[in-house]
Amino acid sequence: MTTSVDTTKDAKQSPEKAQPWKELGLKLEEYENIKEILGRRPTSAELAMYSVMWSEHCSYKSSKIYLRQFGEKVTPEMTKNLMVGMGENAGVVDIGEGWAVTFKVESHNHPSYIEPFQGAATGVGGIVRDILTMGARPIAVMDQLRFGAVANPDTARVVHGVVSGISFYGNCLGLPNIGGETVFDKVYQGNPLVNALSVGALRHEDLKLAKATNPGDLVILFGARTGADGIGGVSVLASETFDADGPSRRPAVQVGDPFAEKVLIECCLELYAAQVVAGIQDLGGAGLSCATSELASNGQAGMRVQLKNVLLRDESLTPEEILMSESQERMMAIVPKESLKAFTAIVDKHEVEYSVLGEVIKEPRLYINWGDEEIVNVPPRSVAHDGPVYERPVLYPTWLDQLNRDSVINNNLRRATEASELAEQLVQIVSSPNQASKSWITDQYDHYVGGNTALAMPDDSGMVRVSEETGLGVAIATDANGRYCQLDPYQGAKLALAEAYRNVASSGAVPAAVTNCLNFGSPENPEVMWQFKQATAGLADGCLELGIPVTGGNVSFYNQTGDVAIHPTPVVGVLGVIDDVARRVPSGWQDQGNNIYLLGITRDELDGSVWSEVIHDHLGGKPPVVDLKGEKALAELLHGASLQGLVASAHDLSEGGLAQAVVESSLRFGMGARFWLNEILERDNVDLTAALFSESTGRVIVSVGREDDVKFVGLCEARGIPVLRIGVTDASEKLEIQDVATWNLSDLKQAHSSTIPELFG
Amino acid sequence: MKIGVVTFPGTLDDRDAQRAVRLAGAEAVSLWHADTNLHNVDAVVLPGGFSFGDYLRCGAIAAQAPVMESIIDAANGGLPVLGICNGFQVLVESHLLPGGLIRNEHQHFICRDQKLIVENVDTAWTNGFKLGQEITIPLKNGEGGYIADTETLNRLEGEGLIAFRYSEVNPNGSVNNIAGLKNKKGNVVGLMPHPEHAVEPGFGPDTAVAMRSGVDGLTFFTSVINQLVNA
Repeated sequence: MTTSVDTTKDAKQSPEKAQPWKELGLKLEEYENIKEILGRRPTSAELAMYSVMWSEHCSYKSSKIYLRQFGEKVTPEMTKNLMVGMGENAGVVDIGEGWAVTFKVESHNHPSYIEPFQGAATGVGGIVRDILTMGARPIAVMDQLRFGAVANPDTARVVHGVVSGISFYGNCLGLPNIGGETVFDKVYQGNPLVNALSVGALRHEDLKLAKATNPGDLVILFGARTGADGIGGVSVLASETFDADGPSRRPAVQVGDPFAEKVLIECCLELYAAQVVAGIQDLGGAGLSCATSELASNGQAGMRVQLKNVLLRDESLTPEEILMSESQERMMAIVPKESLKAFTAIVDKHEVEYSVLGEVIKEPRLYINWGDEEIVNVPPRSVAHDGPVYERPVLYPTWLDQLNRDSVINNNLRRATEASELAEQLVQIVSSPNQASKSWITDQYDHYVGGNTALAMPDDSGMVRVSEETGLGVAIATDANGRYCQLDPYQGAKLALAEAYRNVASSGAVPAAVTNCLNFGSPENPEVMWQFKQATAGLADGCLELGIPVTGGNVSFYNQTGDVAIHPTPVVGVLGVIDDVARRVPSGWQDQGNNIYLLGITRDELDGSVWSEVIHDHLGGKPPVVDLKGEKALAELLHGASLQGLVASAHDLSEGGLAQAVVESSLRFGMGARFWLNEILERDNVDLTAALFSESTGRVIVSVGREDDVKFVGLCEARGIPVLRIGVTDASEKLEIQDVATWNLSDLKQAHSSTIPELFG
Repeated sequence: MKIGVVTFPGTLDDRDAQRAVRLAGAEAVSLWHADTNLHNVDAVVLPGGFSFGDYLRCGAIAAQAPVMESIIDAANGGLPVLGICNGFQVLVESHLLPGGLIRNEHQHFICRDQKLIVENVDTAWTNGFKLGQEITIPLKNGEGGYIADTETLNRLEGEGLIAFRYSEVNPNGSVNNIAGLKNKKGNVVGLMPHPEHAVEPGFGPDTAVAMRSGVDGLTFFTSVINQLVNA
C-alpha cells in the first residue's frame, strides 16, 4: 500500500481526475453538488466524508420532508415539557422534580443479519452512547426484534446470535433490560429487524448538547483505539485510489467491547460531573467524519484536526479509513484548554486512552490535516446538515385495494362452531411463536441491575425508578404491528401508537412522549415511499390527537430482500411518567376473589389478527378501528383508578385479543379465574370467536378487589367508559371460560412457555 | 459502622450493594480497585459485574488489583468479606475460597428468582437466617457453575463449608447444588446469587404475597452489622 495522500492541493491541480463517487453510493448530481460547494473536486478524504454523511442512513434525505411534521403537528401544550426536541442525539423530556429523561430507539438491522451477534451487540452500544451524550446516565434498555419464520433453518442462526449479542453487551454494561418485542414473520427472513432502545436520566442542570462553540477549545478523541471495523464503502475508495492490488477486505460489521463501553460510561459521567467538558459526541455511524462535522456544525464553528494524532489499532489505516472507521466505544470531547489537566486526570483514573486531535476555530470551516498535508477543507454544515433532500415519488400500491378486499368476512374464513374447537384455537394461539412466552429470551437479560426496576417483561411496560427519594419513575412500552401496517400504514402507525400508549397507561403511568424507529423497504420504490408517507402522517396525527410529542427517532430504509420489502414496521415507543413507582400496576392477577372487568367495546375485528394468521394463515382486509379520543379517556380512567388504588392489575388487549390477555394475566402469578362471555356477546353483538380473538382497540382488563367494586364501576360510568364484569379470580389453579372450556393453569403454562425453548433452546 | 463496596473497572452492582448496606443501617464506603488501604471499613463487599470485562477468567484480573492485597490480608485476619457473583469469582481467584466457577451448563446467561437453602448460619453474613431456611434471591450469571475436585468437595461437605445450595432448580450445573461457600472462620462468604437485589420491597423478587416484594437479601447485611455490633 502506498502512503501518498490526495491533498486539497492535488484536488485543485487535477480537477478532472476520475473519482469513484458512484461506487461510494453518490449520485452524479450529488457529486456535482459537492464540487460546487468546494469550488473544486473533493479530495478522496472529502469524498469519503460526503459519501457517508450524505448516505440515507446519516442524512435522512428521503425521509426528512416527512419527519418535519413531527415538529409541526404540535401544540404549545405538547411541547411544554420538551427540553430538547428532535434533531439532537436524543430528545429530552422534563419529568418534574428537577429530573429529565432522554430516550431513543435505533435500528441495527443490516449488520444484525450479516453478523447477528456483533450486529445486535453494537446496536445496544450505539444507542447507549447517544443517551450518554445528552449528559444522562443510561438507566435501562429494551429491544424490538423481528425475525423470519420459525420453520426456516436460518432463523435460529439469527435468533441465537442476536439474543446472545444483546445479552452479552447489555448485561456487561449493567443496564437492566426491561422489555421489548419479539416477532416472527417470513417477511423478515432475509432482513431481520434489530431495534434497540435506551433511556437515561439526568438532573435539569446537567443537560449537555454536543456542540463545539468556543474557539480555542480542544478536540479530544478518547476511548477505544481506531481500527478497521465497520469500514464499508470506503474500501472501494481505498482500493481505487491507493491500492492497485485490489480492495482491502475489512470486516463491515463493527465489533463491540462492552467492558470498554462500561468504563467509558463511568468516565463520561465523571467528566460531566467535574464540568471539564463543553460537550461530548459519540462516534457511531460515519465515525470521525460525523463527530467532527456535527460538533462544528452544531456549534456554528469550525475545527482544525490533525488526523495523525488518532490512536490506531492498525497502523496501516489510510486517512480515509480513519475518517470512516466505525470502531466502537469511542467518544469525542470538546474541552476548554484550562480544563485539560482535570480532563486527563479523570480519563487516566479510568485508564482510558485519549489524544488531542485539534481545536475549535471561529471560522465555520473543517480543516483536517494528515501530517503537513491538508486533506479536508470543507464547510462542516455542508457535510453534517445541508445534505441533499429528496421528495421521492410516491405511488398508491397497485396491490392494496385487492388486499383490503380480501377480508376475513369476504373470504368467509371458517369460525369454530363447537366449544372444543374454540378451546383448541385458544391453545393454538397462545402457544404460537408470536404469542408464546418469550421468557427463554428475556431470562438471558439482567433486569435487576441498578435496583430500580419496578416492572419488566412480561408486564405491559417496563418501569424504572428515577428518584430514590420520591419514587418518581418512567414507564416505557414499544409496539408495532407490521401486518396491520401492510393493510393500512396510516392506520397501522396509529395502532402502534395507541397500543404503546395503552400499555403505559395500564401500568399506572401518564404517557408523556414518543420516539420511533421507522423500518421500511427501499425509498426508491414509490409504493414503499407511499407507505412511509402514510405511516409518518398517521403517527404525527395520532400524537397530535393524544397530545404527546415525538422527541426523536430513527429511520431505517432498504429493509428488503431483492425487490420484496418487509411489511412497513414503524416501531413506536411511548414514555410515561409515574409520580411514585410504588403505585405501579402489574399485568397479572395476584389475589383471589377479585372481579375482572373488561373496559371498552368489542367489535368483530379479525382482519390482520393473530387468529387470522395462526388459524387461517391469512392476511387481508382492514386493520381495527382506532379511536384515540377513547384511548385518552381510557388512559385517564386507568390513571385515576391507579391513584386511588382501585385496580389490582391491568392488562391491555391487543394481539390475540381477550383470550391472550386472560391467559397471560392468569399465568403471570399463577392465579386462576372463571369467565363468562355471554354479556359481551349480547351487548356488543359479536360471536364467541370475536369475543375471544378480536383485536378491537381501546380495551383493557382490570382486576378489582371487592371492597373497591362500587367505586371503580362508578368511576367508569362517570367517565363514560364501557365496563362489563366478565370474571372473577379464584384459587382453583384453573382457567374457566364458560361455554368454551376449563384448563389447568399448569397445562396452559406448558403450552404457552414451551414453544420458544423447543424451537431454539 | 462502615462497610466498603469495591468498584473494579466493569463492576456493575456496586451502587446496588451500597444501597443494600444503607438500607441495612450501615454507612457504605466506596473502595476503588487501585486503593492501597481499606479506609477503616468494618467489612467489605465485592459486588457483581464483569470486572475487567471477564478477560482471561472471571475475577482473575480483579484478584490481582491493589485493593485485593489489603482485602486478602484483612480477610485472613478476620474482616468480614462478602463476594457476590463476580465478587465470589474474585474470592475464588484470590484463594480465599476453594474451587472454581465455569460457564453455565446450558451455555446461556440466566436471570431468575432463585430459591436457596441456607446451609450454614455460623458466618458473619448468614447469622440472621435459620438453618435450613428457604430464601429467594435473584440470580444472574453466565459463568456460575461451581466446580471443585473430589477431595476439595469432600472437605467442603465434611467441614460444613457450604453456605447455600440451590433449591428446586440447579440453574447452572453447579456440583452438589452449591450456590455459596464460607471459609472456616465464617468471616468470608461467597455466592453466585445477588442478595443486594432482594433488599427493598418493590424491587426484589416476586413472592407468594406480592410482586417484587422479596427482601431475603437484607438479612446478609443485617447479619454482618449485628455481628460487628455484638463483637
